[in-house]
Order: sequence, then structure tokens, then C-alpha cells
Amino acid sequence: MAVGLLALQGAIGPHADALRALGATPVEVRTPDQLAAVDALIIPGGESTTMSKLLDTSGLAQPLRDRLADGLPTFGTCAGMIVLARTVLDGRADQNSYDGIDVTVRRNAFGRQVDSFEADLAIDGLDTPFHAVFIRAPFVEEVGEGVEVLASVDGHPVLCRQGRVMVSAFHPELTGDLRLHEQFLQLADMA
Amino acid sequence: MAESSSTAARPASETGTQLVKRGLAEMLKGGVIMDVVDPDQARIAEDAGAVAVMALERVPSDIRRDGGVARMSDPEMIEGIQAVCTIPVMAKARIGHFVEAQILEALGVDYVDESEVLTPADEAHHIDKWAFTVPFVCGATNLGEALRRISEGACMIRSKGEAGTGNVVEAVRHLRSILGDIRKVTQADGPELFEWAKRLQAPLPLVQEIHETGKLPVPLFCAGGLATPADAALAMQLGAESVFVGSGIFKSDNPSLRAKAIVEATTHFNDPAILAKVSRGLGAAIPGLEIGKLETTYADRGW
Repeated sequence: MAVGLLALQGAIGPHADALRALGATPVEVRTPDQLAAVDALIIPGGESTTMSKLLDTSGLAQPLRDRLADGLPTFGTCAGMIVLARTVLDGRADQNSYDGIDVTVRRNAFGRQVDSFEADLAIDGLDTPFHAVFIRAPFVEEVGEGVEVLASVDGHPVLCRQGRVMVSAFHPELTGDLRLHEQFLQLADMA
Repeated sequence: MAESSSTAARPASETGTQLVKRGLAEMLKGGVIMDVVDPDQARIAEDAGAVAVMALERVPSDIRRDGGVARMSDPEMIEGIQAVCTIPVMAKARIGHFVEAQILEALGVDYVDESEVLTPADEAHHIDKWAFTVPFVCGATNLGEALRRISEGACMIRSKGEAGTGNVVEAVRHLRSILGDIRKVTQADGPELFEWAKRLQAPLPLVQEIHETGKLPVPLFCAGGLATPADAALAMQLGAESVFVGSGIFKSDNPSLRAKAIVEATTHFNDPAILAKVSRGLGAAIPGLEIGKLETTYADRGW
């Protein structure tokens, strides 16, 4: 079971550890050939403007759009959520939208680093709270038809799912709780 | 469910934890942090794909040329850069100058660099970084120095190199020293770990942790003298997790082109074909200085 991990920039290692702990094989994706060879994809946290540039310069922009349109199971965390959103607020004018999930996301919505926080989060479908880390995190302002909201903070969605795409504003890869990665592998028919 | 999660109130939350502070450093991995002195440079850096900018009044090569005491930047200048940037903004405080750090935290900077590039304010004590909500990055030339900074609360370490020289040799020396000693510590037995702690002048529990994990407990970035895409890739192949580029970008002929090339080189650091492509036609790099001819070596500052 090879799961792609977009490795242009950001917190790649912790996602790779989580995948390995679940028996999946992480495959780093930096080129179109590497993207073509995977059956699911995680887009990690990092700096979304940087990732957007590097998707362009690495020739991955159109191939990623095509794979998403074909239903590639994809999990985006923090910056990954921004990359996958239909619309980005407070982004840069030249920041690409990949339209993987029908949500409008606001960047840095919780504030600067001094406002970054961790908290126990109730998630629909999980029996016990999930300890979530929000780092200069975005949140969802609007969701389209067919988007499930699985968790919220202050009334703002922070975990959503539509079809085979999952997005979280927080970092499940940083706390050692594998439940969301496990859900993603199930979504991708890999668990 | 009786209560929809979409209407749930904010759960009890905590800011300024080690997880949150080290977490931002995780997010900056594989990226380039660029020194900028004004909003125009900050725009060029963000346009080029920087993961963060370091706001300072003079880049290190100018501090070196001008001499005098180098201090924290004017808050107005830092706010000017915050106003045009959507990426994290870092700023420097003098070693030991905890009031400069308090001011930077009040300004809402995303990381404070307790930096040897500025003139030290205290010749014995570094800042107690546990006392802050804002995270700190500190420089180190060897593993002992890195572990002392971590024990004081630093959440990111950058190898110091020699800032403002455009000469990568010190960055390589410091990275090799830190990573080489980490490799040796992983091979040590129990009694040897006590001796390592003494030799490194570092807390034993941190030495034992490195023995177990084989890496620093916080991300290790590289700084000081990087000037080309190849320099950035060299640092990454040696084991750095991101790079700081200071004078190397804005003291070169074509800062925008060079900045973009260094960003691509940092991502594709293991792909020589891409490195060859992005290294072409960048114009002249910062001229560079020989380390033996420097009046002041910044890397010696810090204790």
C-alpha cells in the first residue's frame, strides 16, 4: 500500500511516521512521475504559498488537478487544507486553487504564532476527544453541498470530508494519535 | 448526536506550549527563511516562495561593514514588514536581551532569533526562553551549544556558520560538528553518555534522548554564509532541515531570480539535474569574504 506524501516543503516526516505505524508505505512526491505512481496522497502542513509556487515550478500543478478530478483519495492538513480548498481568503492573489473540496478557507484565521494553540477536540465518529494542535491555522468559512463537517472550533469547521477528500486545519501528525490517518486509509480503501 | 459539533464552543485550549512552538519549526522544514530589511524585499522574498522572513535593519554583511553596536530593529520597521507579509515574520534580539525579546513578542513576531549577528547584551546568560509564548531559534556551532540552548527553551536550532561572508565553509563545519557528534552519541554506552554530557557541558537527559532518537529534539536548520542554490542543497544533503539565507540574496545581482532558485534547490536538494537547471544564469553572487581575514567572527558569540 503506497501512499504519496507531497514532499515539496513542510512537516513531511511526522506524516511518514504515522503511515508507517499503520503499515502503509509512504512515498515522497516531488515530480509528476512520482505523483502518477501513487494511489492516495497526503498534503502536509507547511507554508501554503511556498507549496503553491513549488507545485508550479515542479510541474505538478496540472497533474495534481487532473488526479483530484479523477477522485484521488487525498488528505490535506493545515497548508494542505488550503491547497485543496475551492476558495482561499487572505491568501496571495497568485495562490493556486486545486478545488479538491468545496470549502472556503481563511488563512491564518486564528492569528499569529503567539495565538497558536492545542486543545482536545470532539470529532464526529470518534468515541473520545482528539488532541489537536493548531499552528497559525486556517479555518473553514463556508462549506458547499455534500461537505461533511466533522469538527469545529468557535463554530468554524476545522475537519471536513467530501467524497474521498479529507481536510483538517490542525495537525494529526504531530500528536501520535493515528485515528484520522486510519480513517483516511479506510477512505482510500487501503486499510 | 444531541449537540452538533458545528455549534460547539471553543474547547479549553493552551498557547505557547512546546508542541505548538516546535510545531511551527516543523512546518518551516524544507524551506528557505530570508533576511529582509524593508517591505519591498519582504514582497520579493514571499513572491519567490520563502517560508518565512527575518526582519532586520541591516543584513549581516552591512553590519560587518558598518561596525558599531547592532541591536533589535525598530518596531515600526518590523510592523511595516508584517503588514505586507502573509508568511511568518521572525526578528532578532541580542543574546541575553530579554527585554528586546519581550518587545518582539508584544509585536506578534512569529519567531524570535536570539542572534549572535547582533552585539551581545549579556556575556554570561542567554534569555530564559521558557518564559515566553513566542518561540525562539538560537545559533550553535557544536552539539553542546545546541543542547544548552534547547535546555534554555529554544525550539529550533540553526547552525551558525559565519553570517555576512557569503562563505559556506563555517556553516559546513558547524553542521558536520553537530551531526557528527549526534552520530557518535547514538553509539555510546551508558557510562560514555555521562562523559558525553560532561564534555558537551549539556544536560544528561538531553544527551540520553539523542542516544535514543538519533536526532536533536527540535528541528536543525542551517545558516551563515549560504550564497548559491548549490550551497543550500549542500546544507540539506549534509542533514540540515531548512536553510536561512541572509546577505546572500539581497547582496547578489538579481535577488528575485536567486531567491527563487534557492527555494527550488532546497526542495529538490537531492536531484542534481534540477540543481543544474536552477543554478543557471543567476548573475553574480555576493562577493564573499575569507574567514581568516575577518576582524570579528560572530560564531564565537554565545556561551
